Amino acid sequence: MALLAGAFGAVGAAIAAFPLINSLNPAKDTLAMASVEVDISDIPAGAAKTVMWRGKPVFIRHRTPEQIESAEDVNLQNLIDKQTDEERVKKPEWLVVVGVCTHLGCVPQGQKESDNHGEFGGWFCSCHGSQYDTSGRIRKGPAPKNLAVPPYQFLSDTKIKIG
Amino acid sequence: MASGEREPFQNTVVEWIDSRMPIFTMLQKEYGVFPAPKNFNYFWNFGAIAMFMLATMIATGIVLAMHYTANTHMAFDSVERIMRDVNGGWLIRYIHMNGASFFFIAVYIHIFRGMYYGSYKKPRELLWILGALIFLLMMATAFMGYVLPWGQMSLWGATVITGFFTAIPYVGESIQTLLLGGFSVENPTLTRFFALHYLLPFVIFAVVFLHIWALHVTGSNNPLGIDTKGPQDTLPFHPYYTVKDTFGLLVFLMIYCVFIFFMPDILGHPDNYTKANPLVTPAHIVPEWYFLPFYAILRAITFNMNLYFIVGLVFLFVLIVEFIWRKKPVYLSASAGWAMLVIGGFLILTGFTGDSCQRIDPKWLDENGGFKGLCGALQSLPGMSAAAAPISAKLGGVLAMFGSVAMLFVLPWLDTHPVRSARYRPLYKLFFLLLVVMFLVLGYVGSQPADASLLGIPLIYLGLAGTGYYFGYFLVLLPLLSRFEKTKPLPESIHQAVLSKQIKVEAKI
Ligand code: HEM
Ligand code: FES
Repeated sequence: MALLAGAFGAVGAAIAAFPLINSLNPAKDTLAMASVEVDISDIPAGAAKTVMWRGKPVFIRHRTPEQIESAEDVNLQNLIDKQTDEERVKKPEWLVVVGVCTHLGCVPQGQKESDNHGEFGGWFCSCHGSQYDTSGRIRKGPAPKNLAVPPYQFLSDTKIKIG
Repeated sequence: MASGEREPFQNTVVEWIDSRMPIFTMLQKEYGVFPAPKNFNYFWNFGAIAMFMLATMIATGIVLAMHYTANTHMAFDSVERIMRDVNGGWLIRYIHMNGASFFFIAVYIHIFRGMYYGSYKKPRELLWILGALIFLLMMATAFMGYVLPWGQMSLWGATVITGFFTAIPYVGESIQTLLLGGFSVENPTLTRFFALHYLLPFVIFAVVFLHIWALHVTGSNNPLGIDTKGPQDTLPFHPYYTVKDTFGLLVFLMIYCVFIFFMPDILGHPDNYTKANPLVTPAHIVPEWYFLPFYAILRAITFNMNLYFIVGLVFLFVLIVEFIWRKKPVYLSASAGWAMLVIGGFLILTGFTGDSCQRIDPKWLDENGGFKGLCGALQSLPGMSAAAAPISAKLGGVLAMFGSVAMLFVLPWLDTHPVRSARYRPLYKLFFLLLVVMFLVLGYVGSQPADASLLGIPLIYLGLAGTGYYFGYFLVLLPLLSRFEKTKPLPESIHQAVLSKQIKVEAKI
């Protein structure tokens, strides 16, 4: 009897706690910022742009032919998170990745010409030393995964929609 | 504490209250005549000092909260306003800011005292666990407080720390989103951290109450680590220890004031005077100094633990339990133990080398053919790839960090030696002081960039060695010492020890 009452009490408390805990999840307005449109006509080859999406930076890089080549010309065997460059882009000139290090979430350097691009010509995370290549793939350091590719689509040749 | 015999008080007002609610009787009993061992040294001051710091933090915190605005657009400016415009605001903030550091200093010394003199042993286990809980709550409170001024370190510290949770397989990302209330550290995060930063100190207060309750049931330990045997071993708490505590507190406060008035920012980080910017991570993120040793343990695990490594570890753990924790092995014969040791060691080595091969520069491997062959062979074993490792480097680091705090909670069952005080345990004293040194070394490692080195040795190795010693101390050394350490003869009683010391001093004079 005491067990039954206790069990009922516990279930009741759990049900009462659920809305309290659930209220801590992202609110509707936070979720509503879920997509952005970006004009990419002003990014010359070799340059990059950073935009905010869901409170996180997204790197849009207009890659040069050399950068594309170095991204494609990689032995998959040497990769930590094995992905071809093809799987990561829609058009080879444009690389779109979430600019959040997959280790513990710092923003890697490498968007500006003068930044440290690491040994693989892409991005370098100064927090714990992760290095990414020109496809945003993790090549060295503690991060376990490649920079994530967000869902996006080309609305036209000069405009993309992220989210 | 309520219904016992009660001595009437002289003062009529006090008596009127006390006869209805015997609060003065209780105070008298717990803080007035409360018998305390008569041989306390100055290490026994730090409990009272910590209590004072908690009160200081709550008092200054409540005033700060009256001027502070928990909103990402306004938080940084509201703190600057406290610094410039609010009357004496700079002072209140500096007291609070440095107060967190000095609270931790007091508590670290308090914990050190407990470990050196064996205060966690029977019958004070629960008292000790409540203390460890207070320490854990303090860490959470200080972490959330540091986010409030919304500087660069606030934002990125919070990002990295909540990033730990993404290490948990499958549900990690959702847990992080739940904690943050969004997909990154943003306004919802700041507002909830403020609410919790306000709440937790009061929870700490409640646990401190339980801690002191437990203390007043068992009574205090003392530098000799032997039980009090009667009135000749003790002194009434008031005035003897109220005065000694006040004296120690005043010295402590003088040092605290030097920091508040002459170097208020030396313990903090200049980056936190730059407003938080979600697009730029500061070049060198470090937590507050009091977290550094734990941060070093987090970063010490740079390798993935694949199945080979984990099975090897499990073998070692079984061996520790069978041959070190137990007086006599129950399941294993000596030869089976040796076999397991060899196999376990081999598995750990195989798993570790195989995993490390993935991070070696391919060019270097090409030049060193022998290693290339070995790595190639190891890599071709099933389950050796980083992706197949059940415990990634990231998860391993997080487990090690939480595990290192967890050690405090189980300490009373790891060290079961009947003698408490390190004064009579020469080996324990040696290994414990070495632990303290290692802890400081870990703190240094945690303060440096991840790829730094000292005298040509990469600091990660130093971090790994420190981490290894830390866990080895608790899981292997303490149980071994509990069984085999021979102690020096204990004095018969506190009274006698104090007397013989006095006689020695008099003889010298
Ligand atoms: C266990 C006790 C406490 C600890 C360890 C603690 C720790 C901290 C720390 C480390 C900071 C950041 C200081 C800075 O860099 O600016 C802070 C800020 C703050 N705390 Fe606390 N705190 C405690 C209690 C409280 C309480 C009880 C309140 C309110 C009732 C409070 C209110 C605030 C406010 C409003 C700030 C932001 C203003 C500022 O940054 O100076 N704190 N706290
Ligand atoms: S967060 Fe980038 S390496 Fe740790």
